[in-house]
Amino acid sequence: MLIIGELINTSRKPIKEAVEKRDAGYIKKIAKEQIEAGAHYIDVNCGTMVFNEVEMMEWLVTNVQDAVEAPLCIDSPNPEALEAGLRLCRYGQPMINSITDEKERFDKVLPLVLKYRAKIVALCMDDTGMPDTAEDRMRVARNLHAKLTAAGVPEEDIYFDPLVKPVSSVETAGIEVLETIKMIKEQYPKVHFTCGLSNVSYGLPNRKVLNRYFVVQTMAMGMDGYILDPTDRDMMGAIYASMALLGQDAYCMGYITAHRKGLYRHES
Amino acid sequence: MSDFDSLAQAVFHGDFDGVVSATKNLLDRGVNPLDVINKGLLAGMDIVAPKFKAGEMFVPEVMMCAKALGEGMKIVQPLLSSSEAASAGTVVIGTVAGDLHDIGKNLVVMILKSGGFNVIDLGVDVSPEGFVNAIKEHSPQIVGMSALLTTTMVNMKKTLDAMEAAGVRDKVKVIIGGAPVSQSFADEIGADGYAPDAMAAKELCAKIIKG
Repeated sequence: MLIIGELINTSRKPIKEAVEKRDAGYIKKIAKEQIEAGAHYIDVNCGTMVFNEVEMMEWLVTNVQDAVEAPLCIDSPNPEALEAGLRLCRYGQPMINSITDEKERFDKVLPLVLKYRAKIVALCMDDTGMPDTAEDRMRVARNLHAKLTAAGVPEEDIYFDPLVKPVSSVETAGIEVLETIKMIKEQYPKVHFTCGLSNVSYGLPNRKVLNRYFVVQTMAMGMDGYILDPTDRDMMGAIYASMALLGQDAYCMGYITAHRKGLYRHES
Repeated sequence: MSDFDSLAQAVFHGDFDGVVSATKNLLDRGVNPLDVINKGLLAGMDIVAPKFKAGEMFVPEVMMCAKALGEGMKIVQPLLSSSEAASAGTVVIGTVAGDLHDIGKNLVVMILKSGGFNVIDLGVDVSPEGFVNAIKEHSPQIVGMSALLTTTMVNMKKTLDAMEAAGVRDKVKVIIGGAPVSQSFADEIGADGYAPDAMAAKELCAKIIKG
């Protein structure tokens, strides 16, 4: 299981304000909190800073690494911002979020994956648009897998993102993702997965409940990575419990540790 | 409950069959088609709108209500004279170039339609020229642009520039929306308005048309 902490993103208001004020202390605090809460990677995204994304990426990456010795997930559709962040990564294997099978994006991001030997989040979309069905997604996944491995990217470094859409607008949006995970897992047992899944609950009440159940459902299909808020104790509790139930937790130690950390204190 | 109320309630409950029968019932009794729309169908949506805004109703319900309303509209619209059919205003709307997201945009389309606007939906990944051509073809009062990506929101500015270059910018009011967009971004690129959600978009359009 790979947990990528999503909080350092300038589309979130407190982060935007911290970046604008150059409040390094706040950024460091959020980075530390995420690692302490169980994140393995810290996502850094300043895509909303349209006019100085590169400069902000450098500032964020430097400050996050001054606070935590953790690998980073450099998150941008802009290859220049990706490179600016990757160049400064000090700890472990960096991750790039993300590549797609859109021609221009693929051609610009692939050299960075190779140059920095990065893990790569591969979004199941291409120039024909956003996929609806599992079969649409599988077609893109096949193409991406073929092109990435042919270029020399190890299968274990590929993290497929099946592209989660809201069930509030299309009822089958959830099941299509579950089907996709199953199909990719069957065809390419060595690859990994990641996704931001909160999209699934857009437009509906009690979003956290839906997000949590969807984590459990996707995990059962083989999903093994998430970009989420690791300080959400209920969510992390669901992940540890689910790992124990799926036989991914030797002696259930992860689950027991989560219990001791108080993640289930309000349960009985 | 008056017959108008029962039609409004059917819209509010997203009850397709109920809308169809209540609409036909009113028309059969000789009620003015325009009243069926305003006092029945749109009145139903007026119950929905504030509840959605207050977080008491949710996206799928609003879609269902809008579709139910559409069922009624299909029956009434052919009966309107051309002057009666005059809409609250014409809005051209689309998701900007490079962006394929349409959930929010579709919701705005439905809410505007249910508010009596004539909506020309250009779909997703609409080029600046696409917007310009639509302005020339449909002469809307309002153009709505949507973007969900930080990479595509800059295309709103490009679209505004293209309108300027084609000499149509001052013929329309341009409003924008979408997750990464804000009032300050609207000000920065010189758009005429910003709405944070579909209901606000309808109110904004109504305000613009009023002048």
